[in-house]
Amino acid sequence: MKPEPLSRMTSINEINEINEQRKRAMPAVSSADVAPTTYAWEIRASGLKVRAGRTRMAVNGLDLSLGTGVHGLLGPNGAGKTTLIRALATVLRPAGGELELLGESVGGLGEHRALRRRIGYLPQEFGYYKRFTVREFVEYMAWLKEVPKADIPGAVQRAVERVGLADRADERMKALSGGMVRRAGIAQAIVNDPAVLLLDEPTVGLDPAQRLRFRELLQELGTDACVVVSTHLVEDVAAACTDVVLFAEGRLVFQGTPAELAAAGGPEHVGDSPLERGYSALLADPEPTKGTW
Amino acid sequence: MRDKEGAGPVVVHASARLVEGYVRGGGALAADEVWAVEAHLEGCAECRGRLADVVAGSAPEVAALSDAVWAGLVPELEAVAPVRRRRLRWSAWATPAMAPWLAMVLAVTVLAWVLDVVGPGSGEVSWVLLLAPVLPVCGVAASWSRGLDPAYELTASTPRAGLQLVLRRTASVLAVVVPALLVGGWATGVMAVQWLLPCLAFTSMTLALGGVIGVTRAAVALVVAWAGVVAVPTLAAHRTAFALQADGLPVWGLVLALCAGVVFARRGAYTVLGAHR
Repeated sequence: MKPEPLSRMTSINEINEINEQRKRAMPAVSSADVAPTTYAWEIRASGLKVRAGRTRMAVNGLDLSLGTGVHGLLGPNGAGKTTLIRALATVLRPAGGELELLGESVGGLGEHRALRRRIGYLPQEFGYYKRFTVREFVEYMAWLKEVPKADIPGAVQRAVERVGLADRADERMKALSGGMVRRAGIAQAIVNDPAVLLLDEPTVGLDPAQRLRFRELLQELGTDACVVVSTHLVEDVAAACTDVVLFAEGRLVFQGTPAELAAAGGPEHVGDSPLERGYSALLADPEPTKGTW
Repeated sequence: MRDKEGAGPVVVHASARLVEGYVRGGGALAADEVWAVEAHLEGCAECRGRLADVVAGSAPEVAALSDAVWAGLVPELEAVAPVRRRRLRWSAWATPAMAPWLAMVLAVTVLAWVLDVVGPGSGEVSWVLLLAPVLPVCGVAASWSRGLDPAYELTASTPRAGLQLVLRRTASVLAVVVPALLVGGWATGVMAVQWLLPCLAFTSMTLALGGVIGVTRAAVALVVAWAGVVAVPTLAAHRTAFALQADGLPVWGLVLALCAGVVFARRGAYTVLGAHR
């Protein structure tokens, strides 16, 4: 654009100044933004039981309350993390107990359409159509999530930009690296601005720099949404989570801040960092079998 | 200014004084008034229109600013390649995973038709009639198969999963299968109602049973049952089984109605991973 005449620049500055003053004094809020929530916790489970497969009870009597913030769901492999996340995403229905998401009770064979519009979900092994471009994939997911048609292009562009894929948005999914595919998966999870965001092992395949960027994104998202990140990497939790949920054999073992988790461990426990020592202290088997996994 | 719109809620619009004061800025309005006007403008196109008129008339510097911004934006916007929407439109009805299966179903229909017209023939039995009920079942299974649809878990977690997606995908399968069978049946002289009802009944039965044991499993079970109970005995005896005769049609109609009812009543079953077995 050609340079503007000085007089117009002055008036633009004035207008910007007035707008800034207005923003500081009174942010424009729509009535939907200030409507009070009618639930205490975004996620509330009591005595929750969820089956993995036909018989195994992977989540067995879980009591959990999660509000806004980033919650790291930590636990050994096979602890039932994926099953719990699937139940929170409402693709597995509870076999017993109670589960409430955003104040709505989940169970039986309801479709939960209104609730699902406010949930974002990235499964651990997430599939996609190889011939789709990143933009088409995220647009398709936005359509499935019933984002209003007029909002889809904008919402997709925002989501793709947030995960740093704007310059690759029109490339086909099959041409992307593993880390980029994972980021496209994160983009589809946030495209509907979810109030509950569920990410199952989202950092798998990300390189260290991407991991750092991802943690920043998590903290950003956690300011006004309930983000549940399942991981088996303790350092992810330390860096990005406001809250740690330690989960083993289908039950809650510990819930607290990362600092409280670190405080649970002593020098006698296994681990390279205070968090790892806290983790192994809380999960310690009374009689550990040497030489086994 | 207050308007009454029939029996609806009273709509309060910003007065001319408020809109003008808002445009002038710089203390023309009290802080709470600015806030109220701003919040109202956000949701009211009519007042935004009036605001634009006032801006054009009384604040030329703002109008010039927005013109300058547009002048800068338009060439950039025109340079952006339009997004191809075609793929998205298609995938609202059928997943890309279904395409090869639908092609296969078409090929089988053509084959059945060729066998009917030029083949050695198996007595009175029409191949089109014999295959019609199970052909859409394959397509429906393909749209719900865990192995064939990589995005099954993502799809199942969305609000559109459930009855709406079930109906869309089934409709897309039938949109391919029914015209193909119609042409095939017409060429071989088979009455459309004779195969259309069993075809629809089998499709709805697959979905109804699929809500319980998984759509792919249901499809396999029904195809095996059809082959064992109707197709093989028919071919062996060289005569059309009762199930395919005109007398059997009310039964198929009843099955269709029953299964459609079950699918509707259990629509939530398609929103969980169990339906993708």
